[in-house]
Amino acid sequence: MTRRERNWLLLAPAAAWFFIMLILPLSFVFVFSFGERGDAGGYVAAFTLEQYANLPARFAAFKNTLILAPLGTAAAMLIAYPLAYQLAVRTDPKWRLILLVLVIVPFWTSILIRSYAWIYILGGQGIPRLLESIGIDDVRLIYTPFAVLIGIVYGYLPLMVFPIYVALDRLDKRLLEASADLGARPMTTFFRITLPNSIPGIATGCMLVFILLMGEFLIPALLGGGKVFFVGNALVDLFLQSRNWAFGSAVAMTLIVVMLVTVTLYMRLIARLNTQRDSDVSLM
Amino acid sequence: MKDNSGYISKRKFMEELRRYQNGSVSRRHFLGVTGLGAASAVMGAAIPGLRPTAARAQTDIGDRVILATWPNYHDPENFEIFTETTGAYTQVNVFGSNEEMLAKLQAGGSGWDVFVPTNYTITTYVDEDLIEPLDLSRLPNYDPSAFNPRFADAGTVNGTVYAVPKNWGTTGFAVNSDHEGGSAMSSWKAFWDRTRDDFSGRTMVHDYQLTTIGNALKYFGYSFNSIAEAELADAEQLLIDAKPHLFAISSDYQPAMRSGDAWLTMCWTGDGKQLNVDMPEIRFVLGEEGGELWSDYYAIPKSAPRKDAAYALINFLLDPEVNAREVLAHGYPTPDQRTKDLLPEEILNDPILYPAEELLSALEFGAAATLTDPNRAELMARFKSA
Repeated sequence: MTRRERNWLLLAPAAAWFFIMLILPLSFVFVFSFGERGDAGGYVAAFTLEQYANLPARFAAFKNTLILAPLGTAAAMLIAYPLAYQLAVRTDPKWRLILLVLVIVPFWTSILIRSYAWIYILGGQGIPRLLESIGIDDVRLIYTPFAVLIGIVYGYLPLMVFPIYVALDRLDKRLLEASADLGARPMTTFFRITLPNSIPGIATGCMLVFILLMGEFLIPALLGGGKVFFVGNALVDLFLQSRNWAFGSAVAMTLIVVMLVTVTLYMRLIARLNTQRDSDVSLM
Repeated sequence: MKDNSGYISKRKFMEELRRYQNGSVSRRHFLGVTGLGAASAVMGAAIPGLRPTAARAQTDIGDRVILATWPNYHDPENFEIFTETTGAYTQVNVFGSNEEMLAKLQAGGSGWDVFVPTNYTITTYVDEDLIEPLDLSRLPNYDPSAFNPRFADAGTVNGTVYAVPKNWGTTGFAVNSDHEGGSAMSSWKAFWDRTRDDFSGRTMVHDYQLTTIGNALKYFGYSFNSIAEAELADAEQLLIDAKPHLFAISSDYQPAMRSGDAWLTMCWTGDGKQLNVDMPEIRFVLGEEGGELWSDYYAIPKSAPRKDAAYALINFLLDPEVNAREVLAHGYPTPDQRTKDLLPEEILNDPILYPAEELLSALEFGAAATLTDPNRAELMARFKSA
C-alpha cells in the first residue's frame, strides 16, 4: 500500500461521514428549496423561484438574528476575556485545573433545563422581586430581547473562555517581563503584548459562538416568550407547524449563504489583523 | 453499615416494606423508593423470562407499545397495570401540537403504535393515507352507544371508523380576578380590549395558529375557522396591534399565571381546572361569542409496527374503570357515559369541566382546512416576527 493509498484509507471514514450526514442532506434541502408546499404540507416537486421571492416575509427573523448574534458574541467576549486572563496569567497553577473544571460544570446539564431555570430567575418572583425590595419597581426582564441576550451569554460563555484561555496560556511570560524591564507600564504591556498575542484565541472563540448563535432557537423560544424571533425559530415553525418544507428549505439555504459570507469576511479581517501583528512583532 | 444515599439500607428497606404491607404507601411509592421498580423494569426488558407471568397466559402482544400523546394526559398507574396484565411496556412520547404529530407521521419512521389526534386532523390523516381503519371486533370495550356522538363523529370518515373518542374539552381564557377591578370579563371582545388597556403586558396567547387566530377572529364575531381573506386581515390587524401589549406568545402559560407575572391567558379546559383548583382567584371563562370545542381520539398509524399491542392498549384504555382513573388523573371531560357513571358527583357538576349547554352551543369544532391553511400559518409567522 502506498502512502497515498494509506492516507485515503484513513480519511475514508470522515469523508463517508461528511458525505452521508452533510452533503447528501444539504443537497435535499437545496432541491426542496425550488419546490412547492403540498396541500396538507410537506413537499411537492417543482421548479420555481417562488420560495426565494418570498424571503422578505422572514426579513424580521434575519434582522433579529443578525443583531442579537453579534451582540451576544461581543458581550460573551467582553465577559470571557478577563476571566480567561485571570485563569491563564494570574491564577496559581495548583488552583487552575479546579477553576477550569468549574467553567465546564454547567455543560453537564442540558441547556434546556438551565434555560428553563432562567425563566424563574428573570421572572417576577426572581430578580425583579429582589429589586423591588430595594425600591426599584416595575422591572420587566423575562420575555424581552435582554433576557435572550443574558441566556445567550450564559449558555455560550464556556465556549468563549477556553480558546482565549489557551491563547493566553501559551503566551511566553518572558515577553511580559521583558516589557516591564524595558519600562512599559502594565497597560502598555497589555495592549502591545498580551492582547495582540491572544487575538487567535479571541477569533476562534468569537467564530465558535457566532456560528452556533446564528442557528440558535431554544434560548429565544424560552426566554424571548415567542416574541424574539430568530431564523432558527422561523425554521422550526416552518417545518413543524406550517409544514412548508419548500419555503423552509429556501430559508435554510439563505441562512447558510449569509453565514458563509459573514464568516468569510470575518476570517479576512482576522487574517489582516494577524499580518499586522506579525509585522509589529518583527519590528520589535 | 454506612447509609449510602444512592442505595437503600436494609433497615430502611424493611421499614418501607412494612409501610407498603400496612397499606400506608402505594405500590408505586414502594417500588420507587426501594429502587425495585427501576430494577425490575430494566431486568424485565433485558430478560424476557422475568416478565410478569400473566403475559404467558394471554396471547403474546410483544414486550412494548409506543403511544404518541399530549402532556399530562394519562394516569401512569394504568400503564403499570397494562404491563402487569399483558407484559407490554408502554413507551409514551409527548407532543406539543397536532402539526408536529402530522409532520412526524408524514416524514415516516415514527415507530408509533397508537396516537392521539384531535378531531380536525383525522380527515387529513385519511387523505394522506397515514391512518389505519379500525377493526372494531378487536375493541370489545368500545360501545358506540355509550358515547356522546358530538365527540365521536369525527372518528368516522366516509362511513369507516378510523378513531375512537378519548376526551373532549374547550378553549377559553383564564383570568386572575384579583386584577379585574370589579368588572369581570366574559367575552373575547373584553379579552383583546383589556389586553390593550389595563392588562397591558400581562396577557399570554398560545403559540398555536388555530387558537390564537381563531380567538382573534371571534373579536369581530367571525367564525373561529375562517379562512376568508378579509376576515383574516382583520384578525391580523388586531394581533399586530395587541402584540406590544402581550406578556408572551407561548402555550406554556401555567408557570407565568401561577407566579403572578401573567394575569390573563388563552387556556385549555384541563389547565383552567388545574389553575383554578390551586388558585381559586383564577377563573376559567368561555367567551360569549364562542370559541373552540375539541375532542381527542385514539387511532393507529398505518405504519404501526405492533398492531396487536396497539389494539390491546386502546381496548384497555376504553375500559370504563381504567378510563375513570384516567379522568381523575388528567381532569379532562369524558364523552363515555359508562365512565361518567363511575365519576364523583362534584366532577360532573363542575362548571369548568362540563359547562352549561348554552355556552357549549356557541362553540365550534376546529376544521381540517383551519389546520392546513397556508395563509393562516403565514399570518401566525408575521405576527410572531412583527
